[in-house]
Amino acid sequence: MTFRRTALVATLSVVALTAAACGGGDEETATDVPVAEAPEFEAGTTMAELAEAGSMTVGTKYDQPFFGLEGLGGELEGFDVEIAKIIAAELGIAPEDIDWEETPSSVREEVIEGGEVDMVVATYTINAERAERITFAGPYYEAGQQIMVLSENDEITGPEYFTENPDATICSVRGSTPSEQIRPYLANEGQLTLFDEYSQCADSLSTGQVDAVTTDNVILLGFVSESDGEFKLVGEQFTEEPYGIGIEKGDVEFCQFINETLAANEEAYVAAWEATAGQIEGTQTPELPEPNECV
Amino acid sequence: MSRQESVLYDAQGPKARRRTLIGTGVAVLVLLGLAYLVVQRLAERDQFSMELWGPLINPGNESFEAVWRLIGEGIRNTLIAAALAMTLSIVLGTVIAVARLSLGRIGRIPLIGFVEVFRGLPVVVLVYFGVRVLDDVGVDLSGLPGGQVLWGLVLGLTAYNMVVFAEIVRAGVASLPKGQREAALATGLTPGQTMRIVLLPQAFRTMLPAIISQLVVVLKDTSLVTFIANYDELLSQGESIRRNLDNPIQTFTVIALLYIAINYALGRLAQYVERRQSRARTTGGEAEAEATDGIEGAPVRTGS
Amino acid sequence: MSPVFENFGAFVDGFLTSLSIILWALVGSLVLGIVIAACRVSPIPPLRAFGTFWVTTFRNTPLTVVLFFCAFGLPEIGINNSFFFFGVLGLVLYTSAFVCEAVRSGINSVPAGQAEAARSVGLNFTQGLRYVVLPQALRTVVPPLGSVVIAMFKNSAVVGAFGVGGELWGTGLTLTSARGFETLPIFTGVAIGYLCITLPAGALLQVLERKVAIAR
Repeated sequence: MTFRRTALVATLSVVALTAAACGGGDEETATDVPVAEAPEFEAGTTMAELAEAGSMTVGTKYDQPFFGLEGLGGELEGFDVEIAKIIAAELGIAPEDIDWEETPSSVREEVIEGGEVDMVVATYTINAERAERITFAGPYYEAGQQIMVLSENDEITGPEYFTENPDATICSVRGSTPSEQIRPYLANEGQLTLFDEYSQCADSLSTGQVDAVTTDNVILLGFVSESDGEFKLVGEQFTEEPYGIGIEKGDVEFCQFINETLAANEEAYVAAWEATAGQIEGTQTPELPEPNECV
Repeated sequence: MSRQESVLYDAQGPKARRRTLIGTGVAVLVLLGLAYLVVQRLAERDQFSMELWGPLINPGNESFEAVWRLIGEGIRNTLIAAALAMTLSIVLGTVIAVARLSLGRIGRIPLIGFVEVFRGLPVVVLVYFGVRVLDDVGVDLSGLPGGQVLWGLVLGLTAYNMVVFAEIVRAGVASLPKGQREAALATGLTPGQTMRIVLLPQAFRTMLPAIISQLVVVLKDTSLVTFIANYDELLSQGESIRRNLDNPIQTFTVIALLYIAINYALGRLAQYVERRQSRARTTGGEAEAEATDGIEGAPVRTGS
Repeated sequence: MSPVFENFGAFVDGFLTSLSIILWALVGSLVLGIVIAACRVSPIPPLRAFGTFWVTTFRNTPLTVVLFFCAFGLPEIGINNSFFFFGVLGLVLYTSAFVCEAVRSGINSVPAGQAEAARSVGLNFTQGLRYVVLPQALRTVVPPLGSVVIAMFKNSAVVGAFGVGGELWGTGLTLTSARGFETLPIFTGVAIGYLCITLPAGALLQVLERKVAIAR
């Protein structure tokens, strides 16, 4: 119940903080990357096309506090959003020229394959299956899967609890990596409740409909910090979730460009983190991970 | 209403009236008791607090404007999708109905199979096919005005509703007096002309109430897209509001009331049109018009 | 179609879960629908008003909204149960309005003379309903009620989006989105699964209609 009270407040405070970070400019952005003016790219590359067009379409989540969340006024904020802005700036595209597209977990590969978006920055875990359909740039962040429970719950200490207690239920999002990675720990299918969004899982945890929620720790930490002491994390990370930027399969040049852009803008990267996910209690400012090879 | 009562019971005598009065008292008490339980439950959980309701009902609230702008957009998008799906379904449904009526006994079989398959599938599955599968197999709808998701949704809804309309139109044509067709043919019209000029216009007139009733179904089904892709119709906007304000009961109450208001108005319109038509058809036969009250002339309004 | 055979077990499970949702909802919505219909035709005004309120509310609200209320609203006021229960409950509430209307229109279709004749031979309200009106109403009720029930079978797919694990549609979503199978074969499989329920049901309904049909 307390979870609800604070949700809007937290969202609004993020808006306020991001607005403050850019010194009261019109555009709410945390990243002070200067938008490149008429950058030069080799003809025929994705970068040249995008720079030429002066705009790009980016897929992100609209329901992920601190990573990609749409406010009531339609404005987007979060770490993923800022990362996308850094990349766009290097292409000579101002934040207001980015067309945002909502890409929930279940559609990400499809919209990339279908060419509906130029890239996806949406808490997107790099894994082999996905890499068969699309190319990942990055990673730009390394998360790990954990479990969130009500604060007064002392029984659940890790994923093994669900193997031993076949009546205990756990919630995750359909189509997400965590929802698949928890399965080996479950005694039966019925223990897993799947929704479209994590906020529905958090709601259900709050009302006692499920016993736990599992996904990447940073996402859970967002809910914990909003919940005013109602939720807590338990146990160790039991997976590694490197977040990448999804682009069209085989676009090696664009992939390398993204990796180079991130490496060249460490300061903006840190600022982006601190203005968004860095607001969550218990998180540490990450260092940009070593990029994977572009394939 | 008065008519239907008289089917089941006589005008009441003093004893029966007393019993009804007692029954009324008991029923009122029970219903009030239930209502009280619900209200008390809500109050206990602080569900009436202005913190939760304010953004929806208090114009002075800081979120009020944003919330109602979202809702307004949602209603508009819901109506757009429903109107498009409705128009397409009527056109395609008529084509199927005419084809079914003009094909021979054997030629009709594949068409019936086609109709049965579409009628047997959940709308949500057809909408999924429209929005996702079409895209995956390379049908590009994104060039159309309104975008890929809108048209995927419209096509999914159309796939389901066109066969419903085909049935409505077929029943409408079948309900016309035989003489209409015979007379038309006798005056030298071809079968095609007979259908187009004589039979269909009349069928549409009798089927108008059913068509309006079906519009309610289409309108409700637009909300299914929430689970499939991002199209900002009324329910999706409600989700967006809930996500920000975290007041599910309040937001969905408002959303539900809006749906009810729109659909109730449509339902009344259907009834009104039907009464007017029945009166026009059976001058002096008021009873027949009344007897169909409640069925709304629509054997098809079955929930989906 | 090979992705379907690869995951045949998941499909069978999904099919069975869908069937059990359908069976529970069938019983529930028939019982509740008939109770509401009884309210709507009863001589007691507040019950009639309640019946009308019920039908207006649930017939004009999308099933999705009803399900949102059940899955997220009820726990909010301290009513906890499995998502399976909430899903079936939402389906029952929604369908009961349509069942009620089908039953009521059936009762209305019985000529007034029948009930009058019943009363004139001394049957009271309940007896008249039980021995004269309802048996005849049943015959006109079967076709619309059948369509309502088949519509409910199809609507059961929506329940999958509300936390009910592994029914047919949800299985399709999990297979395509989490495990990356192609959408076309998987959802063709899902579609066939539903046809396996609705087509036989439709055929059964036709047989039933013929059985109870009366020459008028």
